[in-house]
Amino acid sequence: MSLQFVVNKPRGPLGWWIMVPILGATVAALWWSAVGTHLSISGFIDGLPWIADFVGRMLPPNFAFMEKLVKPAIETVQIALWGTLLGIVLALPVCFFAARNLSPYAWVFHGLRQVLNVMRGINEIILALIFVAAVGLGPFAGVLAIALHGAGMLGKFFAEAIEEIDEGPLDALRAAGAGTLQRIVFGVLPQVLPAWIGVVLYRFETNIRVSTVLGMVGAGGIGFELISSMKLFAYEDTAACVIVILILVLAADLMSSKLRAMIR
Amino acid sequence: MIEIRGLAKSYGDHQALQDVSLSIRPGEFVVVLGPSGAGKSTLLRCINRLIEPTAGDIVVDGTSLSSNRRDLRLLRRNVAMIFQQHNLVKRLSVLKNVLVGRMADLSPILSSLQLFPEADVKIALHCLEQVAMSHKARNRADALSGGEQQRVGIARALAQQPKFMLADEPVASLDPKTSRTVLNYLKKSCKESNIAVLCNLHQIDYALEFAERVVGLSAGRVVYDGAPAGVSGDVIRSIYPGLDDPNVLDAAQRLTERRRAAAEAEAVLALEGRA
Repeated sequence: MSLQFVVNKPRGPLGWWIMVPILGATVAALWWSAVGTHLSISGFIDGLPWIADFVGRMLPPNFAFMEKLVKPAIETVQIALWGTLLGIVLALPVCFFAARNLSPYAWVFHGLRQVLNVMRGINEIILALIFVAAVGLGPFAGVLAIALHGAGMLGKFFAEAIEEIDEGPLDALRAAGAGTLQRIVFGVLPQVLPAWIGVVLYRFETNIRVSTVLGMVGAGGIGFELISSMKLFAYEDTAACVIVILILVLAADLMSSKLRAMIR
Repeated sequence: MIEIRGLAKSYGDHQALQDVSLSIRPGEFVVVLGPSGAGKSTLLRCINRLIEPTAGDIVVDGTSLSSNRRDLRLLRRNVAMIFQQHNLVKRLSVLKNVLVGRMADLSPILSSLQLFPEADVKIALHCLEQVAMSHKARNRADALSGGEQQRVGIARALAQQPKFMLADEPVASLDPKTSRTVLNYLKKSCKESNIAVLCNLHQIDYALEFAERVVGLSAGRVVYDGAPAGVSGDVIRSIYPGLDDPNVLDAAQRLTERRRAAAEAEAVLALEGRA
């Protein structure tokens, strides 16, 4: 049996020689980044005993501590719930104008997309720091941080779902003399609703994960217990926090995949 | 009475429509024939201003309608449209799709809250009856077959209670049997309500069978406007320049002859009846 290598020669005058600069640039960029991040195999191997030591101190997890974690865990879910909801409320009125096909003027569309980019570009932890300064320590700062970042995410996803709809029914509504509100309610919403619900569930799942660490900057939830147990070197308690966080994340994942299957 | 006066549309240098003038009597069933790209869809969409025409007037019952907001609403209220891809909102029920036809007259707030006056629901159900689809009123639109969806499209247009109906290749994606069913419903229901129809078709045989008047469009100009019986081989060649299909020309010839014979027989019968 003879084998043949079936690959088209790259187009352009250089042919296969084009690969030389591409490979060179790739290797250079990776090397540069490796130096910048102190990438080191020996460093990792030297660190292994310390990782083992840390894990050893976490064992056995302090299951008795979990009793104290029930309240912060519930708070974590509550932060995610209201953070997601307020994110939706902020994103909804904006998304129609941020969709290329519905936006009345190009500058409105471009402007809003940039606004959403900025909201999305700032990490929740940083937003949480700002809101802690504004409204004080506690879960409310976390809710606001998740809402603002989430609005940027949801606004973009909502708008992209609107851009993908079939515009035929909108023509039909226009031809029947329907007004703008009627076109949105009867032409746009029925088409985007399944996609929107999917996005919202995904965001809720992500927000549960985010709100488990918001406590590290004092914005409520289980992250506060996690960081204080580590600062007190109570690693058995830390292990208990990690287990509770895993349970929360897995439960959120399971629930949202079940709900998403239901709306298909 | 609907009058289209000097309608023209150009895209840059390209003249999609040139000086099209037609006047259509109430209840008249007019078929527009023409090759792809001749401007059939542009003509229809310029009439209800889904496309803004470059020049020309649409006059409904003696009132010339401009493109300001109030006139546009009045125009679209009076002129309903049926689309090739029916353009139903797939995830809404059949009844709600037909209610879309009533929306120009409904409160935006109440209708958005899914509240509709009983009288309008009654009109919608009656329109579904006209196309024999009332038994599917509660089904979702995407649960219907292509022919059924188009019948709902007709019902939606009827629900507007328009004076004039535009049909843009309503049977292009349907099989021959379903096509005839759909065209029959379209013609019958519009006759019942005395609605004039301007219908784009690709099928010459259906045009000659259903039309009371044929308009031939070629390269944006009207090249024929008259009775289907007058559509000879030469007329077809002028509508479809370069068409050299003996089957089509033969079929057209036979159909026109049969129609002419039928018309003559009817005339004889009428004369005998009078005598």
